[in-house]
Formats: sequence, C-alpha cells, structure tokens
Amino acid sequence: MKILTHKQEICTGCRACELACSQAYFRTDNRLKSSIRINNNFNTFHAIMCTQCGECINMCTANAIYRDKNGVVRIDKKKCVGCLGCVGFCSELSMFYSDDEPVPFKCIACGICVKACPEGALEILVSKS
Amino acid sequence: MGKILKQIKYTPAKIHRGYSNKSLYINVGDLRVEEKEVTEFMKEKFVGGKGFDLWYLWHAVTPETRWDSPENEIVMSVGPLGGITQYSGTGKTLVCAISPLTGIPIDSNTGGYFGPLLKFSGWDALELQGKAEKDLIIFIDGNEGLISIEEGEEYPEDSHLLAEELTAHFAGSEEDKVHVSVVSSGSAAKHILMGMLNFSFYDPRRKTVRFKQAARGGLGTIMRDKHIKALVVKYKGIKPNLNDPADLAAINRIGVKYHKEVHDLDEKQNTMRKIGTANTILVMNKYDLLPTRNFQTGGDPEAVKISPEVFINQYLTQGIHDGCWYGCTMSCAKAADHFKLLTGPYAGLCVTVDGPEYECAAGLGANLGIFDPQAILEQNFYCDTYGIDLISYATTVAFIMECYEREQIGPEHTGGLDLRFGNAQASLELMHQMSRGEGFGLLAGLGVRRLKSIFVERFGADPKLLEDIGMENKGLEYSEYLHKESLAQQGGFALTNKGPQHDEAWLIFMDMVNNQIPSFEDKAYALYYYPMFRTWFGLCGLCKLPWNDIVPADNYKTDTPAKVPEHVQNYVDIFNAVTGKHIDKDELIRQSERVYNFQRVFNIRMGSGLRQHDRPPYRSLGPATAEEYLSRQERYDKQLRELQGLDPSRMTLDEKLAATRAYREKQFELLTDAVYERRGWTKNGVPTPEHLKEIGMDLPMLLEVVEKHL
Repeated sequence: MKILTHKQEICTGCRACELACSQAYFRTDNRLKSSIRINNNFNTFHAIMCTQCGECINMCTANAIYRDKNGVVRIDKKKCVGCLGCVGFCSELSMFYSDDEPVPFKCIACGICVKACPEGALEILVSKS
Repeated sequence: MGKILKQIKYTPAKIHRGYSNKSLYINVGDLRVEEKEVTEFMKEKFVGGKGFDLWYLWHAVTPETRWDSPENEIVMSVGPLGGITQYSGTGKTLVCAISPLTGIPIDSNTGGYFGPLLKFSGWDALELQGKAEKDLIIFIDGNEGLISIEEGEEYPEDSHLLAEELTAHFAGSEEDKVHVSVVSSGSAAKHILMGMLNFSFYDPRRKTVRFKQAARGGLGTIMRDKHIKALVVKYKGIKPNLNDPADLAAINRIGVKYHKEVHDLDEKQNTMRKIGTANTILVMNKYDLLPTRNFQTGGDPEAVKISPEVFINQYLTQGIHDGCWYGCTMSCAKAADHFKLLTGPYAGLCVTVDGPEYECAAGLGANLGIFDPQAILEQNFYCDTYGIDLISYATTVAFIMECYEREQIGPEHTGGLDLRFGNAQASLELMHQMSRGEGFGLLAGLGVRRLKSIFVERFGADPKLLEDIGMENKGLEYSEYLHKESLAQQGGFALTNKGPQHDEAWLIFMDMVNNQIPSFEDKAYALYYYPMFRTWFGLCGLCKLPWNDIVPADNYKTDTPAKVPEHVQNYVDIFNAVTGKHIDKDELIRQSERVYNFQRVFNIRMGSGLRQHDRPPYRSLGPATAEEYLSRQERYDKQLRELQGLDPSRMTLDEKLAATRAYREKQFELLTDAVYERRGWTKNGVPTPEHLKEIGMDLPMLLEVVEKHL
C-alpha cells in the first residue's frame, strides 16, 4: 500500500507541493486544485492529504471509488456522478472538489509533490498492509 | 424480444434550468406518440412533478371518467430539481392517475432511477393514455433518441423476474445495467385494486435490480388494465450539471454541507444509514403509536421481536451505500440480502428484499399481530414482486382479521383461511391468492371501503361496527400510525387531498413525541403549513426524509425547530440555483398552495373533495370498542375528568365510550373548521374564489367548479 506522508518538523510551508500537484493534474498554479493542502497553524505546517483509509469506497453513491492494486484509493471518473458525498464524508477532509471540475479529486500517492519538495518533507511509504 | 409495434426517433431536448420543456404523450390504444411543449404558464403555476401530472390529468379526464376508462392517464414527472446529484433525495418521480380505490386523483412518489433518466432523455413528463389489447413494453433510449413500443406477452409478470430480464436485455452488458430503469407491477395487480408500481434501480454492488414503489392508490392496477407490462428507460452519462443549473457552485456548496451533516450526525440522530425509516419501530411502540391489531392499540410487548436491532443484526446488510438515486448519503433504502423464501411459487429461492421500511414492519407486522421478522420480510418481498401496495394490503388485512376475530365473517367466507391476528401463513396465502387471482384474495384486494359493503350486504356483518373500525378515508387505507391521541394527525390523515397517507402531513412525531405543536391553534396552523411545505417536495422531484430525518446540530436553538429552518433555506437556495428564479420561503409555500388547491378542486370536480369526504372512521379519533377503552382506561377516564368535568366512577362503560366519542368528534369538527378557514376554504371544504385569486389560481376552469358549491 502506498501512502504519502509529511514530516511536519521539516516543512517550511513553501507550498511547492501544492503547485506541483495542481500543475500536474489540472495544468494550473492553483492550490485549490491540489490534492495536498498545507495549512499554517502558528507557523507549524500541517498537511491535509488522503491517508488511503478507504472509508469513501463503500459509501460512494455511484460505486465509483475503488482501491487499486497498489492499495491506493482511486476515483473512476467515468462512473463518478459528482455527488460530492465523499467530500462531505471524508473524516480527513482530504477529498476535494472544484466547481469547474465534474468529479472530486484526491491524493493518489503519485509522488510528484515528493520530487517538488525542496526540503524533503514528503515521502511515499510503501507497506504490505 | 417481442415484436416491435412502433418505433420513432426523436431529438432529445436539451435541459435548461431544470426543464427539458417537452413532455411525452403515448396512447397505448392506438400507439400514438406525441411531443408536447411545457409552457411557461405550466412552470409558473404548477412548477413540475405532481403539478404537471395533475395539469395533464385534468385535461385528460372528465367528471365521468373512472379508473378503468381508456382516457384515464398515468402521468409521471420528476420536477425541476429532480436528477441533481449533489443533495440527498433528489430522484423522486411523482405519479398521478384517477385511482381505482378513491375515484379521485392519487399522487404517489417514488425513488428509483426512472424519473431522472426520463428527464435527461428529454422529457419533463410522461402521459400514458388508452388501453392496449395485449401486453406492451415501452422503451425510451435517451442517448439514441428512440421510443420503441414492443409486444410484451412473453415476459414474466412478477417484478423481480421482469425487471431483471428487461434490465439485462436493454442494458446489453453488466456495466450498462446502472443506466437502465424499469417501471413494472406484478401478477396480483391484474386481480386487485391496490396494485402498485415498482421503479427500479440497478445495484452494482449486489449485482441485482432493486425497487422503490409508487405504491398508493392502485397505480399498478391501472397500468396492468392498460396492458402496459413495463416501461423501460435507458440513459448513460449522469453528471452533476445535467440540469444546466443557473448556479452550480451554490448546489455544490449546499450539497457538501448537507453530506457532512449526515456524516457527523446520523449516528447520533436517527441512524437512517443503518436501518432506514424502520428506526422508529420501538419509538412508536414506546409512545403508543405503533398500530397494533387493526389500530386497536398503539403497541405490544412483543414489538421488541421486530426491533431495529433485530433487522440490523440479523437481516440488513450494513456498511454499503443504499440510496435510490445518486448522491443520497442518507442511504435509507436498506435491503436484506440472501433472504430465503419459505412459501409461494418462489419458495427456496434466495432473494434480496428491499426493506423493511417502517410502514412495512408496522403494517405487515404489528398491525397484523405478526411479530416475526422473517414473516414480515417474506410478505414484504411478495408484496413487491406481486405489485401489491403493502400499506393498503396491511390495513385491509388488519380489518379482515378483526372482522374475523369479532365473528363478523368466518372461515366459510374466507375459503377456510384462518385469518386471525398473528397468522402469518394465512396472510401469505392470501397474498398468493391475489397473485393467482383466486379465492378470498380476490375480495381482499378490493380494499376496506368495498369490503365493508360486501361484509354487511353479503355476510350480514354489523354496519356500524365496520364503519367504525374500517380504516379508510376517501377509499384509501390509512398508513401505519396509531393516531387516536394526536388530533393533529387525525387531521393530517383525513383533511388530505388523496386520502390518509402520511406524506402530506406526518405530524404525529412532532405532536406526540417531540410535543412541538401543543395548542389547538398550533395544530390548526400545522395542518396549513406542513401539507403545503411537503407538497413542494412533490413539485420538485424531492424526497422529504432529508428535510427532517437529519437536522443541523443547532436546530433546537431556532425559533421553529419543527420546520428545520436551515434545511428550508437549503431548498429555497437549491431551487433558485437550479432554475435561476428568485423565490423565498414564503413563495415556496405559495407554489405548493397553487397545486394543493388545484388538486382539491379536481377532487370536487370528480364528485369528492367536500367536508363529508374528509370525515374519518371513528377509530381514527378514539376508542371504538370496549376493549380499546379498557386497554387504556386510566388515560380515557382521566380525560373524562379533566377535559369534560365528568366523574367516570359514576358512569357505565357504554356511557364513558359515548361521552369520549362525542367529545372527540366535536374536537375534530372544530379542527376541521379551523383548518379550512386557514386554508382559505368554506366550511364545506371548498376553496373560495377570493382565495384562488389571492394565490393566483383564479383560473376559469377552477372557478367554474367551485362556484357550484358556494
């Protein structure tokens, strides 16, 4: 199972990860279209991103969310009807949507942000579970 | 496949602001297929959904039309908000026709995918008129722009077989089954007056077709009388913007807020996601509201055997989505999977049973004295697949069982069926007889109103007793709430347009459990506001449950918690966001009032809809028999003392019954006066011309009807 992890103590809040993500998937420098969001809490930087817990899979009203062979939770864009139920139901608040996109989006542990992070604060962990 | 009798191509209309602005007319007698314009007048006065249905129905029928007249129409429409995916409960289809049970318009709402897929195929409404000689299948392909009418004789009658077969055939692949919805009835609907319609949706997790029902008033009976075996629609490509809304961002924002509420609060409030509407079984039992043995009492110690926990732990599959349209995170359409049938033609089969909903557990359970979850689910399955409205069935059989136990009828009349309370096997056999069209099942399928006459005239039963205990009003059987102690719900059932169905004014919880409408004035106001508010769901294609089966955490702090003001505002905002209009919460009520009064005048036009037709059977108002009085003697004696200043210790039981009856009947009359006045009606229940003018419904066609009754 692949999961993106974030080292809070190293992160400087530069948000290069957000831009890398939104650029990679939506061709735009817009943090509101990033699947990782860095929140500044009194200069401590907290990352919001999918933990691949999979709670959204069974609640999906269109049966459009599944776990792939790497254990990553993915949205089948063809099946998704944009109900945004998963957005409201995500305990981590890490399922995102944009009004100009027909389906929500989330971290798929692709690692693009890992490469973009100048501090090495992000890492893809691979586990067997 | 059957022979194709007619096929036409059409260009699906583009949806704009919630409307396709086209409706489809099909005459199954001469196979005419016509396209009609949905006018601005229709949208302004009737909004959509039930409003459109009633408008078309009015023009289709005359005062002489009966349920089986060829001109009677089944009309269905989903409404302008129907089919949005971002908010819960947005896929309801409203179905209207002149009812076999009541002779006046019935309106019934249902989930399932048919209505939204019909609209996205280019049709705001569908009218079905005429009568075919042989069974037909009507297929609408919204992607291809194709309407096909085909022979349907070779298909099975029962819905679980028919819909599965048609879904597989018209989908063509497992992947495409979710894009198909079927409307069908069942083998019993040809033989009874309480036949219902199943609206299907394909459940890709269970890999089976599932159903919701447009159950009330005999719609399935009409469809089978027209020899329509099934309607099928196919549309692929559901997305959140198909209604071409004016403000998609607003719908998204409100939707996500609502989904989060369900996520955070459902477990603490009604657990709809675990058990659906059946969550209330024990609450109703505790508050003496669970109808037991034909509404004689409001509960029974045995009710624990059919508690929500029993269904959750032993029958209902947990943890997966159970919505009847996309985006419904309330997810209340529960199902019992791998359920093994023990009786009937499908004995031994393992099936998925849709339910039980509360009405099912209360009606087929407590009200028949059956406290056996297996028997409830088996009856649930057979009602669904045979096309029987389980509410009318339950209330009718409860009446029969009481007549049997009080020796008004006997085994010589029932063909030997021992129809005592609690006899699940006898009830199931009665159901199978309805399917086969034989035996006492044929009589039972006529419903309470006709049975009262038959039992009196043919079997010599006591007419006064039967009038008191036969739980019907306007010819429709009561739905499953014991409401003798709730004056508001007595009105909520009887002062209705279509008959005693709780969707118009479900006030019993607010009145008896939450005590939110304590005074006489509160109740009279509630019988103005809530029927109007709830009518609006049916105009727009919405389900009522998301309105108040979840409420915001701070709802109790509002001035009017019973109204759930934040959710009312959600609906106002979503309506504006879809249609681009600018209504407020008062205009929302006004929209409903127009259609509500139209329906009332429609009833009058059909020879009903006056005060005399709103009078309930006495059991609705109070203890009709000595046994009922004695079962709650302390309560009734106290009421004699406190409400009437009488001394029950000096009264005989008959005197106490009579005094209680006189008081309660008087209260109901006072309530009727107050409600009619608040609704803008005369003391005879007729909308006044002044009121019609005030709400913008002083249409000549309505004035012509009401003026005869002023």
